[in-house]
Amino acid sequence: MIDYAMIWAGLIAFAVLAYIILDGFDLGIGILFPLIIDKTDKETAMNTIAPIWDGNETWLVLGGGGLFAVFPLAYAVILPALYMPMILMLLGLIFRGVAFEFHWRASSQKQKLWDLGFALGSFVAALCQGIALGALVQGIAITDRAYSGGWWDWLTPFSITTGLALVVGYSLLGATWLNLKTTGNLQKLALKIAKAAGIITFVAVGIVSLWMLFIENQYLERWLSKPNIYFLMIVPTLVLVIGLNLFLSLKRQKELSPFLWSISLFVLSYIGILISFYPYMVPPSINIWQAAAPDKSLKFLLVGSVVLLPIIIAYTSYSYWVFRGKVKPNEDYH
Amino acid sequence: MEYLDPIFLARIQFAFTIAFHIIFPGLSIGLAAYLAVLEALWLKTKKDIYLSAFKYWIKVFSLIFGMGVVSGIVMSYQFGTNWSVFSDKTGPILGPLMGYEVLSAFFLEAGFLGVMLFGMNKVGKKLHFFATLMVAVGTLASAFWILSVNSWMQTPTGYEYNEVGQFIAKDWFEVVFNPSFPYRLTHMVIAAFLSTAFLVGGTAAWHLLKDKTNPVARLMFSMAMWMATIVAPVQVFVGDLHGLNTYQHQPAKVAAMEGNFDTQNGAPLILFGIANEEEERMEYAIKVPKLASLIITHDADGELIGLKEWPKDERPPVNMVFWSFRIMVGIGMGMVLIGLFSLYLRLRKKLYENKLLKIAALWFTPAGVVATIAGWIVTEVGRQPYTVYGLLKTSESASPLDAPAVATSLAMFVIVYLIVFGAGIYYCIKLMQRTPQIEERGVKTGIPRRSAGLTPVQALNKEGAGHD
Ligand code: HDD
Ligand code: HEM
Ligand code: HEM
Repeated sequence: MIDYAMIWAGLIAFAVLAYIILDGFDLGIGILFPLIIDKTDKETAMNTIAPIWDGNETWLVLGGGGLFAVFPLAYAVILPALYMPMILMLLGLIFRGVAFEFHWRASSQKQKLWDLGFALGSFVAALCQGIALGALVQGIAITDRAYSGGWWDWLTPFSITTGLALVVGYSLLGATWLNLKTTGNLQKLALKIAKAAGIITFVAVGIVSLWMLFIENQYLERWLSKPNIYFLMIVPTLVLVIGLNLFLSLKRQKELSPFLWSISLFVLSYIGILISFYPYMVPPSINIWQAAAPDKSLKFLLVGSVVLLPIIIAYTSYSYWVFRGKVKPNEDYH
Repeated sequence: MEYLDPIFLARIQFAFTIAFHIIFPGLSIGLAAYLAVLEALWLKTKKDIYLSAFKYWIKVFSLIFGMGVVSGIVMSYQFGTNWSVFSDKTGPILGPLMGYEVLSAFFLEAGFLGVMLFGMNKVGKKLHFFATLMVAVGTLASAFWILSVNSWMQTPTGYEYNEVGQFIAKDWFEVVFNPSFPYRLTHMVIAAFLSTAFLVGGTAAWHLLKDKTNPVARLMFSMAMWMATIVAPVQVFVGDLHGLNTYQHQPAKVAAMEGNFDTQNGAPLILFGIANEEEERMEYAIKVPKLASLIITHDADGELIGLKEWPKDERPPVNMVFWSFRIMVGIGMGMVLIGLFSLYLRLRKKLYENKLLKIAALWFTPAGVVATIAGWIVTEVGRQPYTVYGLLKTSESASPLDAPAVATSLAMFVIVYLIVFGAGIYYCIKLMQRTPQIEERGVKTGIPRRSAGLTPVQALNKEGAGHD
């Protein structure tokens, strides 16, 4: 017997991770926008992501649409529970997305407003995604296949903390991306921001990880019971190693490696969360198999995914390849 | 109290957000295909005029496409936020179809959009054309899947239930190719092409009214009028077939479209009237005897089923359906007339001379979009009170949310959409007011190009495209 639900849990987890990393650096650039003062620098920063942000955001649609398809119960419970953060995230993404076009169409005063929308939209979207994660970690009240809590249940000190942590984390991704893609003053600024954001992200990962242990007994047992503790210690150790390397690479003013180390930090934190959650889809009551759609649906979509996902990854990589290298100010390439 | 009912608010929110969304995909589908045709013509003939038209419309396209993306993401999450019971029940059937839409359409569009908009100088001409083509194919694939989803909700087939009451697939082929799908897909894709044709035609007409020698505007106008001549009559024909199909599967919807309360032989066509749903009759009706029976049953004395066959709480709201239907059909007829008139003038070699045609085309600039929205209102409101026709009631589909939550989100959507999409549509109009010229200045090097990237910043500002 093939466990289709498990395969799909893996694929959805992959889609969400792809989204977090790819749109993470896009949103990070939006969040950092107010710190970039010079107009040409702002435009250069925006141009580093203009050709790719839409593809990056599509992973969010795959995450959401995929959940609807293969874990409809989880989709139907999580979204009403997180109603306000989800709606705010969508509205934030609207302002972020249209800014790429409107910036060039607006008169100079209006341009400032759309730029503000770009920054605020990115910030709100990131914050809400972090809040959603925090609220999910805390668990969702369910009765009879439906959400049974109120519309403010998600708002707690913990979820606000995870929200802010993600904002800083995305800033780190954004700054290291800018360091990779730009030159001159903008690159210098990006390096400076990356150092600060790196430190805060690192501290935030620590706080959230420790705090999380005391939220659900399951998390505490998963990490601290014997023998788990022996081999799970690998995760925090690796986080330390990655952190160290990130700082060294920033100090040596490397271009590609800080970005890659930041991504690794995200991947590892994400794996940490998966370890805590397993086997739950919606803690504390719906597990992967309860949430899954019938095998017929899982199989039907799997056939196409196996064929299409590699193709998607191929042409997405091609598109990144076309736009490789530094983006210069006012460059004629856009 | 009805206005504080969370389900009613959720319906308004869904209707509001999708009505905005559909404006953009409708035009994206048409414009992507139009751009692919223009680029193909340019590659084949090497004439600058095609490239000029291409560069003119790609700016409008990138704005519209961007708005389509952000409004679409809202849609895909709204099933879960506001229609969670519906999502839980239909997810196993509709989810995979929408999953295929993401995999086969959205990624394709998004993956090649960057190359299409920004890559002209980075990849060769052939590869660039390939990117344009992939974007166009992506938009059509998207229409295929989402219309299959919608059609299944109208005419569900190929399903069974599982032990927890979810719909599950018995036969995927029957699910995807459900009975109303071929009609809806054809009708909607043609609607997208017509919407674009009239947008292009109206814009060209405006410029020709100022200068009837402008060669790029002439090209656009001629192409648009060919579409009107050939495709508009096809749409009327397809629409008629669509209606017959609907009569088979959702007779209550057709009864509402016709404003027909009594089951009768030789039913008259009610041209105009106002439905009195309390007293179950049409007031102020202007009728043509027997015509409705003739159109739908192809027999002047055929029997037509009326709304009284259903209990009052299973009838769709009549006036919305009745009037939206007339708006759509009226516009469709208008398009046919414009197409015929342009053909007549073309044959007499006066296509660019006649002022009346240009004024008519100008008035019809937004006609396709209006007809599209009207058509969707017929389809969706006519399906009420069900979300899955005959099987799942709208009142049993919604999320367990408090009214204040939905009221808040609805208010936010209205404010944000009006500001953002209002501005976006305004910028589109500004772009369409630029006089089209051979060799758009963006082609010359040395001037920084921006955004959809082909417009020099200075030129934009000078021309006022960037001024409010
Ligand atoms: C007939 C065509 C059609 C219809 C009825 C709909 N859409 Fe749409 N949609 C498109 C045709 C389209 C498109 C042409 O493919 C768009 C427009 C611009 C774009 O990027 O793709 C799009 C964009 C788009 C996106 C953004 C894709 C991206 O990230 O690139 C999403 C998530 C949806 N749509 C989802 C929906 C949902 C949930 C709908 C129904 C409730 C819906 N669409 C109706
Ligand atoms: C794209 C064009 C569409 C438009 C303009 C449109 C319009 C509408 C309207 C006006 C309503 C409200 C009906 C009422 O409350 O009386 C509605 C409801 C709804 N539609 Fe659509 N619709 C479109 C496409 C779709 C598609 C493609 C789907 C499914 C994938 C869909 C699913 C629904 C659902 C779930 C509701 C809520 C329940 C209801 O009130 O019927 N719609 N839509
Ligand atoms: C005289 C010509 C037309 C006729 C007889 C006609 C007929 C119909 C019918 C019967 C429906 C409802 C089908 C259902 O809900 O089951 C419909 C829907 C629709 N119509 Fe038309 N139509 C005509 C012209 C147009 C035009 C000119 C446009 C746009 C340019 C258009 C766009 C639409 C759209 C977008 C829908 C909703 C999607 C669908 O159900 O296909 N129609 N039409």
